[in-house]
Amino acid sequence: MRAAGGWGGASGSRASEGRGFRLGTGLVALLVPAAVAGIAVVLTSGSILSIKEFGLSFWGTRTWDPVAGQFGALPFIWGTLYSSVLALLLSTPIALGIAIFLSDLSPYALRQPLVFLTELLAAIPSIVYGLWGIFVLVPIVRSLEMRTPAWLRHTPLFEGPPVGVGMLAASLILAVMVIPFTASVAREVLKAVPATQREAAYALGATRWEAIRATLFYGRTGIIGAIMLGLGRALGETMAVTMVIGNSPAISLSLFAPQYTMAAVIANEFTEAADALYLHALMEIGLVLFIITVAINALSRLLIWRVAAERQPRVVLPAAAPIG
Amino acid sequence: MTRTDWRRRAMSRLLVSFCAASVLLALLPLAWVLFFVGKQGLAALNASFFTQVPKPVGEAGGGMANAMVGTLILIGLGAAAAVPVGIVSGLYLAEFKATRLASAVRFAADVLNGVPSIVIGIFAYSVAVLPLGRFSAIAGGFALGIMMIPIIVRTTEELLRLVPATLRDGALALGATRGRAALTVILPAALPGIMTGVLVALARVAGETAPLLFTSFNNRFWSTRLDRPIASLTVQIYTYAISPYDDWHRQAWAGASVLIAAVLLFSILARLVTRRLERMHRS
Repeated sequence: MRAAGGWGGASGSRASEGRGFRLGTGLVALLVPAAVAGIAVVLTSGSILSIKEFGLSFWGTRTWDPVAGQFGALPFIWGTLYSSVLALLLSTPIALGIAIFLSDLSPYALRQPLVFLTELLAAIPSIVYGLWGIFVLVPIVRSLEMRTPAWLRHTPLFEGPPVGVGMLAASLILAVMVIPFTASVAREVLKAVPATQREAAYALGATRWEAIRATLFYGRTGIIGAIMLGLGRALGETMAVTMVIGNSPAISLSLFAPQYTMAAVIANEFTEAADALYLHALMEIGLVLFIITVAINALSRLLIWRVAAERQPRVVLPAAAPIG
Repeated sequence: MTRTDWRRRAMSRLLVSFCAASVLLALLPLAWVLFFVGKQGLAALNASFFTQVPKPVGEAGGGMANAMVGTLILIGLGAAAAVPVGIVSGLYLAEFKATRLASAVRFAADVLNGVPSIVIGIFAYSVAVLPLGRFSAIAGGFALGIMMIPIIVRTTEELLRLVPATLRDGALALGATRGRAALTVILPAALPGIMTGVLVALARVAGETAPLLFTSFNNRFWSTRLDRPIASLTVQIYTYAISPYDDWHRQAWAGASVLIAAVLLFSILARLVTRRLERMHRS
């Protein structure tokens, strides 16, 4: 740097310049892990009152009564897990179908446009899904619920009044939002499976599907990683779910029942939390959401890398927006 | 042909058709959402939507001019923090790919990308709202910036890797230090692509609502002050969507159509640029 306009000065300053470059950029890069650690520290210290007051019973109690100062997070845990699992049941077959079609079956000319369109599903903001959910999906779900035969309405899965908002609407919308994430990672995983796997299957007389099954089996850890990545998205999704799930802290198996999720209760009540304990209880829910999603993301990444490492250095994960 | 052969073929055909059908099944909600937002939005959009601030309840008309400006300010603040951090971190990852810090940063970026946006909102609230004692544009911009960082880091790294190794070799052969080569040769070569990635990151966080609910909050009036609550397109759409008024619902659709138009525009633009870059590097 000292030799103005030149490519560097004497050899001593060059070495120090090289070290300076590495140190300077490295320090900035360190901010990224620091941010993750910062979130963990801030959320923990912000929920200390609730942790001390309720301990583990916070996660096993059903009562959520801010006025009485009683806080139990069980209904939100239930709602989050139930809606996410239902969404995964709906989205996984479709997402894998998309990944298989786009990596193995699609005509070449259609491939890029279809990849673009399916990834566009991830680009639609959560709030727009929510708006569409309130005014289009919920009325449709409501009329479906009203047409459900009476004998079915007496089973635990479909009991309750047909209000439209509730678990069914929420998991449908979640499924749509999760599909592009699972599909795009699963496609990368299938792309990373060596062509020899497919060729060997065909050489043994396999049908098209049997060859695909062989590649799916070969990439199974990565596929599981892709599904878990979708789960991570579903657990943390906020706006669209808040707008259609009904926001009622109830624990019910019924798909028709209005329920609540962890992310939704934070979104709805955070600005209303008047006293410290209330705020800390909400922060503790955020902390657990953070821990769960970090664990799931970390695990899914490890699984995906393991498959990808054999073929190429690293699978390019979609730089898609964190939905919320 | 044996019976099992026939069954295997039928099975294969069935499942292959399922794969094709699942693509159509996923495109159905996409078309449905886009169609509905377009239809409702076009019916509700007018000039005053772009020029006026919200009217009080009961008065028809008004617009989201303040919210659109607010969103621009918020993503501008976010970018001011995230672009330098993201590009420099991406540069580090591309230059020192095998170091232990590089894997830690890469891993942290992926993890950060998966942290729910509502949790980022709580973080920004604790760091930027509590000390100031009030909701502010700065807090909202901070939250959006945190969300942009992982996207920019990963895009920058990918695009720097696309730069042919011969360029770096040439610079080093001329006596450039590693840092010099990175800053004056490799980074400029990848810059158009990186800027595209930044634009995509901006468009994506522009659609975020959850991290703004309790950081930048909302504001029904004109405000460009950074230390005060500020309106944003997304929070305004949310407020209107859950309200009981038909006129507000119309405004929500109008806002959603503006948001979707911006997202589509950026996505298509980014795709065109990426394709051109790919073709350039291949030739």
